[in-house]
Amino acid sequence: MGFFIAQVLTGLANAGALFLVASGLSLIFGVTRVVNFAHGSFYMLGAYVGYSLMQVLPGMVGFWAAMILSGVVVGLIGVIVEFVVLRPVYKAPELFQLVATFGVILVIQDLALMIWGPVDLLGPRAPGLKGVVRILGEPVPQYDLALIVITPFVALGLWYLITRTRLGILVRAATQDREMVGALGVNQAWLFTGVFFLGTALAGLGGAMQLPKGGANLLMDFNILTTVFVVVVIGGMGSLPGAYLAAVIISVLNVFGVVYLPQSTLVLIFVVMVIVLMVRPYGLLGREEVAGEHGQVGEPERPFKPAGRSARLIVALGLGILALLPVYGSSFAQVLATDILIFCLFAASLHFLLGIGGLVSFGHAAYFGGGAYVAALLVKYADTPMELALILAPLGAGMAAVIIGWVCLRLTGVYFAMLTLAFAQLLWSLVFQWGAITGGDDGLVDIWPSAWASGTTAYFYLTLIICTGGILLLRHAAHAPFGYALRAARDSARQAEATGIDTRRVQWVAFVFAGAMAGVAGGLFVFAKGSVFPNELDIARSFDALIVVFLGGVKTLSGGVVGGAAFVTAKDFLSRFEYWRLAMGLLIIAVVIVAPNGIVGSLRKGGERIGLLKTPEGTS
Amino acid sequence: MYRKTFLKGLIGLVALGMTSVTALAQDPIKIGEINHYKRMAAFAGPYKNGIELKLEEINAAGGVLGRPLEFIFRDDDGQPGEAVKIAEELMTRDGAVILTGSILSNVGLAISSLAAEKKYVYLAAEPLADGMVWENGNAYTFRLRTSTYMQASMLAEEAAKTDAKTYATIAPNYAYGKDAVAAFKKVLTALKPDVKFVAEQWPALFKIDAGAEVQALEAAKPDAIYNVTFGSDLAKFVREGNTRGLFEGRKVYGLLSGEPEYMEPLADEAPEGWVVTGYPWYAFEDGPNKAFVDAYTKRFGESPKLGSLVGYMTAASIAAVLEKAGSTETEAIRAAFADLEVETPVGTITYRALDHQSTMGAFVGTTALKDGGGVMVDWSYKDGANYLPSDEEVKKLRPAN
Repeated sequence: MGFFIAQVLTGLANAGALFLVASGLSLIFGVTRVVNFAHGSFYMLGAYVGYSLMQVLPGMVGFWAAMILSGVVVGLIGVIVEFVVLRPVYKAPELFQLVATFGVILVIQDLALMIWGPVDLLGPRAPGLKGVVRILGEPVPQYDLALIVITPFVALGLWYLITRTRLGILVRAATQDREMVGALGVNQAWLFTGVFFLGTALAGLGGAMQLPKGGANLLMDFNILTTVFVVVVIGGMGSLPGAYLAAVIISVLNVFGVVYLPQSTLVLIFVVMVIVLMVRPYGLLGREEVAGEHGQVGEPERPFKPAGRSARLIVALGLGILALLPVYGSSFAQVLATDILIFCLFAASLHFLLGIGGLVSFGHAAYFGGGAYVAALLVKYADTPMELALILAPLGAGMAAVIIGWVCLRLTGVYFAMLTLAFAQLLWSLVFQWGAITGGDDGLVDIWPSAWASGTTAYFYLTLIICTGGILLLRHAAHAPFGYALRAARDSARQAEATGIDTRRVQWVAFVFAGAMAGVAGGLFVFAKGSVFPNELDIARSFDALIVVFLGGVKTLSGGVVGGAAFVTAKDFLSRFEYWRLAMGLLIIAVVIVAPNGIVGSLRKGGERIGLLKTPEGTS
Repeated sequence: MYRKTFLKGLIGLVALGMTSVTALAQDPIKIGEINHYKRMAAFAGPYKNGIELKLEEINAAGGVLGRPLEFIFRDDDGQPGEAVKIAEELMTRDGAVILTGSILSNVGLAISSLAAEKKYVYLAAEPLADGMVWENGNAYTFRLRTSTYMQASMLAEEAAKTDAKTYATIAPNYAYGKDAVAAFKKVLTALKPDVKFVAEQWPALFKIDAGAEVQALEAAKPDAIYNVTFGSDLAKFVREGNTRGLFEGRKVYGLLSGEPEYMEPLADEAPEGWVVTGYPWYAFEDGPNKAFVDAYTKRFGESPKLGSLVGYMTAASIAAVLEKAGSTETEAIRAAFADLEVETPVGTITYRALDHQSTMGAFVGTTALKDGGGVMVDWSYKDGANYLPSDEEVKKLRPAN
């Protein structure tokens, strides 16, 4: 009994920091609709700032003051970020802002490394709370008890702020209908800034609060990110009590997972998330998404036109030049081009889903990595020849997409996105933990092409043919009746239904198609690299693809391909420098601000402005 | 549609840039070093310093084969796919003759697989995974650092000397953690068949729920604990364990826990009385170990970590193999690695022809607190050669030859 209670108390204590961080994310999303990928970075900053302040401020008062101050400091940093990075892009297409926040992650990573150095910092203990209290004979740290007491007060304070004050009323009104709030004369810009301050301050406070139980290190940002997403989604986006409830459930569950399922703790929370969302699609205490999620922001979408004769000629010429690469390029140029082509196909497949289908998937790496693993497993255990493995890879990825798509498409908007992320993480943790089959994080190695394709040039041509074919197929699908139906479902599900389109089935097919194409890319990837590791399925890879699609331009057909090529090339170039993450982050932020319609979209607009391109009819 | 040409143009430009660079003079012998300089800065930094120190010594003495030795350092962001690409670039474009580097085992395995396929020599400096030289071993890959198995069996040997009967283990839930526990169990049970393992905890790497783990270990009431956690996990585990009295009256064995990389961040909360593998740089009084520590401290103004030693030994191994090969041809280098002997601060090490593992050993000692920091006392250096399975067993473990 004592053991049981002690474990529950540990779980409750862990829930504290988690709740603070999650509630901040939830608030920011609720009001600004920005999915703040950088939230984990603010949490990390909170820990570092708190650590530095605690070195300066002495004693018990200093300790707690440092904690609150670090919340304020991080909140102010958040305001700067909002001002500089997000304000210029609020009018950009839905979810575009997440690209900017991804840039912020990279910048903060390198800045933190510069300021605080690479070595992990051990958090100071709370003065006066260093010991334990015996509860039914089991030792419970005093600081844990303090956290258990403090968290509900912070939660209550937040609840009061949101439900009883004018600011709270505005926040809630903006959560429900931000256009209307603007129309009623509320200065939205400042409201957004205020909410961003509050949200990031909460993340910072959470980071500082966990110091006595751990410390500050440079991996904290990504380590907490998925858990926080899970908490926010289970609780319901925008719901504070929901976030608290979910934080407690996840933390307590984790604690018992440690005892009863010590091998499977990674999988556990994603299973819980999937179950909760299947039963309650909008989280435990969340409300149904209000209309206006997709395609409603900004100018109406332009219809896609098949490429004209001159465009086709130019593309053919470009492909010809690329095909001659082995003649004028070095062997490494072919290796790099192979990498770029594979990534372009991967990005194009997500672009199809996201741009044409309006389905934002946060977990597209599941199919890329899935395809890669299918091919690798076939080679490893069935001695499958490369040719067959390359055909079966998209089938395997497609199969996974059939199941995941069926479940996820019950939801829309950000909930759909989060559920795809949960499934991707589920798959990742399965691959990571099922070492006997998948090799765990030591992966599967020695998966090389058949003899005829094993030369760099031969494999380059194989990739060139398959990837070009895949990208053309995706383009073709966009122009086919299927593509029209898909766009109809994206732009107005109700009207599409009325014209007899089974929107859900169309979207499902699109989901599977995109998954299979990502699987093709994954299959090619394995044989190009000779090995595959769980990294190819994880959240960072999904983010890469997302960033690329948005950077290229969601509302253009070639956005994925152009974004992919630009991203890989920039990374290959920048990674030669010392602070390359900083440079990469700043570059991403700069592109986001300069080209809020993505590279292709903005180039096109620029071209129209100076008269190089015809302005399509019907738009000005 | 002509955004596509933009991409083509971009690739063309990159390609052009590459062809022009290759024309540079081929004077120095180049070594391609791939590591996670940003992702694992705390470990890669000292390692790089170690390489540079040895490199300066080598070149001051006239280089290798009459040519200066040069390392090209590249960051792979901890991504195996990225590392494979960079490896190709280093070998085909930059003209490197040997690949080296990596801390993470998965990146090491990816480069190793490429090395076998493309016939590049790869010296895996730091990755610990046993699979590097055994299960996935190949003709072109060699490994310097004391492997998981070797370090775990050193601790198991120490553990067998006590009368502890019941053991609990805690290890990060990934390949390294699993290998480390399996090796410890195997060796300890062989030495002392009546020990029992009463609990196994597997926290997710860098996501330890320390309070819950400590409770779970405590509930099993073991005589001794075998710890494999490291980094921020170790810090949290030690703090919760101390707070909740888990370590009182128990023997604790900590793999790598004594390395300065992990001890120093713990400062005055470093555990006391743990038997650990590590690197007591502060305790050397004379000999080559002391000389290395002094040279390093003088050059960089900071104390060496274990990574520094490994980096130094990496550069030393490469210089030695090139001298022995007498050429920069891949096959000559590969052949020269067989039973190559290298003089290092810890003594002479040998790259075994049998499985390409070097006999670099480890320092085993007991932790104590001194001047507000954790140190190792009563330590001794254990030669790695004595902690490997028998040759027959290794042959079975290594299908490659």
